[in-house]
Amino acid sequence: MTEEIIIAGFGGQGVLSMGKILAYSGIMQDQEVSWMPSYGPEMRGGTANVTVILSDERISSPIINKFDTAIILNQQSMDKFEDSVKPGGIMVYDGNGITRHPERKDISIYRVDAAEEAVNMESARIFNMIVLGGYLKVKPVVKLENIIKGLKESLPERHHALIPLNEKAVKRGMEIVRMVQEV
Amino acid sequence: MKELKLMKGNEAVAEAAIRAGADAYFGYPITPQSEVLEYLMMEKPHERTGMVVLQAESEVAAINMVYGGAACGRKVITSSSSPGISLKQEGLTYIAGAELPCLVVNVVRGGPGLGTIQPAQSDYFQAVKGGGHGDYHLLVLAPQSVQEMSDFVGLGFDLAFRYRNPVMILTDGAIGQMMEKVWLDEQKPRMTEFPSWATTGKSADRERNIITSLELDSAKQEKFNLKLQAKYRKMEEEEVRYEKIGCEDADYLLVAYGTSARICQKSVQIARSKGIKVGLLRPITLFPFPKKPLFELAGRVRGMLAVEMSAGQMVEDVRLAVNGKVIVEHYGRMGGIIPSPDEIVDALEKLIKKGE
Repeated sequence: MTEEIIIAGFGGQGVLSMGKILAYSGIMQDQEVSWMPSYGPEMRGGTANVTVILSDERISSPIINKFDTAIILNQQSMDKFEDSVKPGGIMVYDGNGITRHPERKDISIYRVDAAEEAVNMESARIFNMIVLGGYLKVKPVVKLENIIKGLKESLPERHHALIPLNEKAVKRGMEIVRMVQEV
Repeated sequence: MKELKLMKGNEAVAEAAIRAGADAYFGYPITPQSEVLEYLMMEKPHERTGMVVLQAESEVAAINMVYGGAACGRKVITSSSSPGISLKQEGLTYIAGAELPCLVVNVVRGGPGLGTIQPAQSDYFQAVKGGGHGDYHLLVLAPQSVQEMSDFVGLGFDLAFRYRNPVMILTDGAIGQMMEKVWLDEQKPRMTEFPSWATTGKSADRERNIITSLELDSAKQEKFNLKLQAKYRKMEEEEVRYEKIGCEDADYLLVAYGTSARICQKSVQIARSKGIKVGLLRPITLFPFPKKPLFELAGRVRGMLAVEMSAGQMVEDVRLAVNGKVIVEHYGRMGGIIPSPDEIVDALEKLIKKGE
C-alpha cells in the first residue's frame, strides 16, 4: 500500500502539523513515511502545503505531482491542486470560503465542514483534527489508536492534556464528513 | 542501540554531529538550513557531550573558527547554504592547503547571488572543482534521504580524518526541510587523544607542529602540490561510492544525485511501466566521481540523461567519464523549481526519439 497525499490551505490552519501527525501515525504502524513541506516566506494567512507519503515499501520520490488524495482547505489550494488528483483518487475539502466547488467527474469527492464544526466545538485549534477525521473515515490509512500514539510522540509533554480533545475532534470529523460524489 | 525518529534533514545532521562525538559546531543562520543551528541550540550538546555550539558573527568567522578547531585536531563542523558557502571559500582553501579535517554542510538554494531560498543543485561546480583558489578538492558526499543526512556525518568525519581533508555534504533545501524516518547512530564518545600533527601544546620531547598553507619556496610548494594530488588520486581509487538501480537490463540510463536521484527513482518506475528499460546511476560521492561504472555502462546503454536542478553541471563529469562512447543529454530545472517525475520521463522519451 502506498498513499500519496497533498494537504493544502492557509498558513495557521495546521496543515503542516496535520501532515506531521499522519507521518508519525505511519511510523507507529511500521510504515515508511515522508513529509515534504512547501517552505519559504510563508506565514499565518499565506498559503501552505505539505506532501505526505505513507507506504509499505521504500519511498522513491518524496516530491510528486500526482496524488491519491488531496485535502483542500481554501480556494487557492482548490485551484492549484484539483487537477493533481489521480483519476479515481479522492478529494476531501472544507466548504468554508470555497466559491468554486470541485468540478472533476473522475474522482471521489467528500466534504467536511470542519471550520464550522470547530466553532461548534469552541476550539479553533482542533480544526485540522476534524479534517483529519473526515479523511480517515473515507480512507482509513492509519488507525485511530496510532493517531493517538503519534500525537503522544509529536506533542511536547505539556500539551498531552489536549490529546482527549484532539481524539474527540477526529471522531467528530468522522461523523460529519459527507459524500459529494463517488466514482 | 539505534533510535528511530521522524526528523528534518537539517535536524538529522545536527543530531548526528552530537552523536558522532563532534567537538564543535560553528555557524551562522541562513535559510534553508537554519534548523541545524536551531536544533543544536535547543538540544544543548554542551550538557550532553561537552560539544561547543557557537553562532559566529558571520560565515567568514565561522569557517575560521573551524580552521582553528581543526588545527587542534578536533572534530569540527559548520553548515550553511549557498551564499554563505561562497563566503566560506577562502577559509576552505586554507583548510585544504593546511591539510586539516573538517565537515562542511551545504544545504543548497538557487543562485546566483542571493537567488532564492528554494532548493537547487547549482553549487556542484563550486563543491567538486575546488571552490576557492588553488589546486585542491573537497571530498563531496551527496545524501538523498534524511537517513543519509545522518549517516554521512559520521562517515564524513571518518573520511576527513583519514585523508586530512575537508569533506562537504552537498545537499539541498528539499532534503534539509523534508521529514523522514531516521535511525540515529549510538552516541560515540568525543576523542580524548589527538592526531600527531595537531597543535595541542608542544611537549619537551618532540618538534613543534606548524599548521600553515604558506610555502614561499616554489620547489617545496610543488612537492606539496604533488602530495595533495596523490591524495586525491587515492580518494579516486578507494572512496568512490554510488548506487545502481535497475541497470542490469537498461537500454537507457538516468544519472542523478541527491533530491534529483529520488525523483528519478519514481521516473524509472513510470518509464518501466511504459515499457522503457531505464536504470539510474546515483553518484554518492561527487568527488571522487564514479567514472568507471559510468564508462562501463556507456558500452551497454544507448543514451544517458543527467538530471540536475541546475543548468547542467554534473553532466560535464558524466561526459568526461563516458568519453564520447554514448550520447549524454542534460535535463534540469533552475531557480528553485523541482522537476516532477513525469517531466523527466518526457525528457527521456525525447532523448530516445532523438537516438532513433
